[in-house]
Amino acid sequence: MITNQPPQIKLSSWRSFLLFSLLILGLISLAGRAAYLQGMHHDFLQEKGESRYSRVVEMNADRGMITDRNGQILAISSPIASVHADPKLIKVTPEQLKQLSKLLEAPSAVIEQRLNRENTRFVYLKRQVIPETAEKIMKMKIPGIDLTYESKRYYPEGEHAAHVLGFTDINDKGQEGVERGWQEILAGELGSRRVIKDNKGRIVEDIENIRLPKQGQDLILSIDRRIQYRAHEELKEAVKLNKAKAGSIVVLDAQTGEILALTNLPVYNPNNRATISNDKIRNRALIDTFEPGSTLKPFTVAVALEVGKVNSNTVMQTSPGLMHVGRKTIRDVNNKGELTVAEIIQQSSNVGTAKIALSLAPQSMWEMLNRSGFGAITHSGFPGEASGILRSYNTWRPIEQATMSYGHGISTSLMQLARAYTIFTSGGELKPVSLLKRDMPVMGQRVISRDTAMAMNYMLELATKPGGTAPLAQINGYRVAGKTGTAHKLIDGQYAKKQYISTFVGYAPASNPRLIVAVMIDEPSAGKYFGGAVAAPVFSNVMSSALHILNIPPDASANNVITFTAMPEMDDEG
Amino acid sequence: MIGIACALGIVTSQHMARKLFMALENEKETERRLDVEWGRLQLEQSTLIMHGRIERIAKEHLKMVVPAATEIQIISVGTKDNRRSNGN
Repeated sequence: MITNQPPQIKLSSWRSFLLFSLLILGLISLAGRAAYLQGMHHDFLQEKGESRYSRVVEMNADRGMITDRNGQILAISSPIASVHADPKLIKVTPEQLKQLSKLLEAPSAVIEQRLNRENTRFVYLKRQVIPETAEKIMKMKIPGIDLTYESKRYYPEGEHAAHVLGFTDINDKGQEGVERGWQEILAGELGSRRVIKDNKGRIVEDIENIRLPKQGQDLILSIDRRIQYRAHEELKEAVKLNKAKAGSIVVLDAQTGEILALTNLPVYNPNNRATISNDKIRNRALIDTFEPGSTLKPFTVAVALEVGKVNSNTVMQTSPGLMHVGRKTIRDVNNKGELTVAEIIQQSSNVGTAKIALSLAPQSMWEMLNRSGFGAITHSGFPGEASGILRSYNTWRPIEQATMSYGHGISTSLMQLARAYTIFTSGGELKPVSLLKRDMPVMGQRVISRDTAMAMNYMLELATKPGGTAPLAQINGYRVAGKTGTAHKLIDGQYAKKQYISTFVGYAPASNPRLIVAVMIDEPSAGKYFGGAVAAPVFSNVMSSALHILNIPPDASANNVITFTAMPEMDDEG
Repeated sequence: MIGIACALGIVTSQHMARKLFMALENEKETERRLDVEWGRLQLEQSTLIMHGRIERIAKEHLKMVVPAATEIQIISVGTKDNRRSNGN
């Protein structure tokens, strides 16, 4: 048998041994490398790996809404696009450039210059573009152009609530008014989180929240949108009619101290930044002070009643209509003869008030004014509030005490003045004012007794009746009470001869006061300047609308208004 | 064998989790969009109910007038109830 066995070839054993050891060596070195990477460079590599798929994305947070007391929107944020570009990636044809400049409403040269900016990979082409335009731009599919969304603030009321609300800057930071005063609460805080994205850019997994976003809180103001609107319209009308320089109106809830409306002229439109100027920004009712004039008289008389010097029927001699204090003379508009204390308020006699004041200790008068909130800010929360000036009583000279009794030598903001009148509407308590809606009734600080408040209420109602200084303040169907003021303007420390500030502060219904309206008209120059002729009609219009809006039942018969010639009244110092 | 099965199980559940997560993200996006729309509608509503606009329409279009005080009759509600509560 032939066996076909392959011939036995004897290979030298070293060759297989070599191959085997090379393989083993290779394996060891691989294992070593692996162990090295896994062990020593683990973190670094992990990070590198993750960066291929994990991304940090921002989480939006919106600024809170501002609403009025009935939930109507006064300010809201809505998203708006900003167009930005990466100059390194940009490729744009002249044709596209033309189209861009049309859509962005900017000259193409400006856009081109921005697109050619060096050393940067991010330029804004335009911020705050309306969504439709932004979409059109994206449809052009120009490489390197992209959108980011940010929010823009809208104020549906426009100029009607401008001074209360203020406005925000382009970075959503409050600049004025409530937007600034409550910035911390309204502002949202952006959050960020780390996520895993797939190759199509979709988020497939949440890894961690780096920072949770904080949504801005909504704010409910004490403002009533309807009253605010009315007040502003009436103010516009009055400022135009009297050719005045400026004006303010404050409407307070007489029981809770809530600010129902606050408006000033001149004003801007917060939705159009071009209308904003330093002069128009001023929230005059809170940050400007003036000498209140006769509107301060009720406080002087209230002290006298309180300390028992007089009662409302005490007769004072005001003849001959002027009075010398030191070297100065205090004058009335005319010789009013003998007046009761009530008539002094009704007819606004300077001489009568000064006589009452001089019978009082300066300290008790100061305490009264101080506790009524003069010389101290109202803590409404509005930025930049003025405190006014109430000098310490130990610096008062007799003439100063006399003039202060009818509102000269003391300064106040309209808001302070309106707040001070809460002592007559709430039975003697000074109510703290609030720009935010109150859920619960507030305790005021007692300033005068209930009896004094009642007596003052009676006198202030007389002022709006025939024979008073403000019959034009009367309202059909309601009993009203209030006080006029006409003061020469202080310009550079001197009383201006022909420039006046006309005021009226009043409340209604007098039987159970619900609302306080304070009106200030600055430099009326159409002939009339007495508070009773200029400010009182504005009060009457605003008050009657507000009473109707709030459905407050009438407390008088419908034909209670008696027309009568207004008695002139004047706070001239002489 | 068991090891492989477990591994496959992990992969599958991871995949499922990601799919569900994507659905969640989509819903969140929808929520955001609706939120934005709600804001816009609110804005529109508040523009439509502006006092000035209503006043203009009422006066010019509907020829409405504010009644004079003499034309208003006040009717007190529930005089019976009042009497009862007074009696108590």
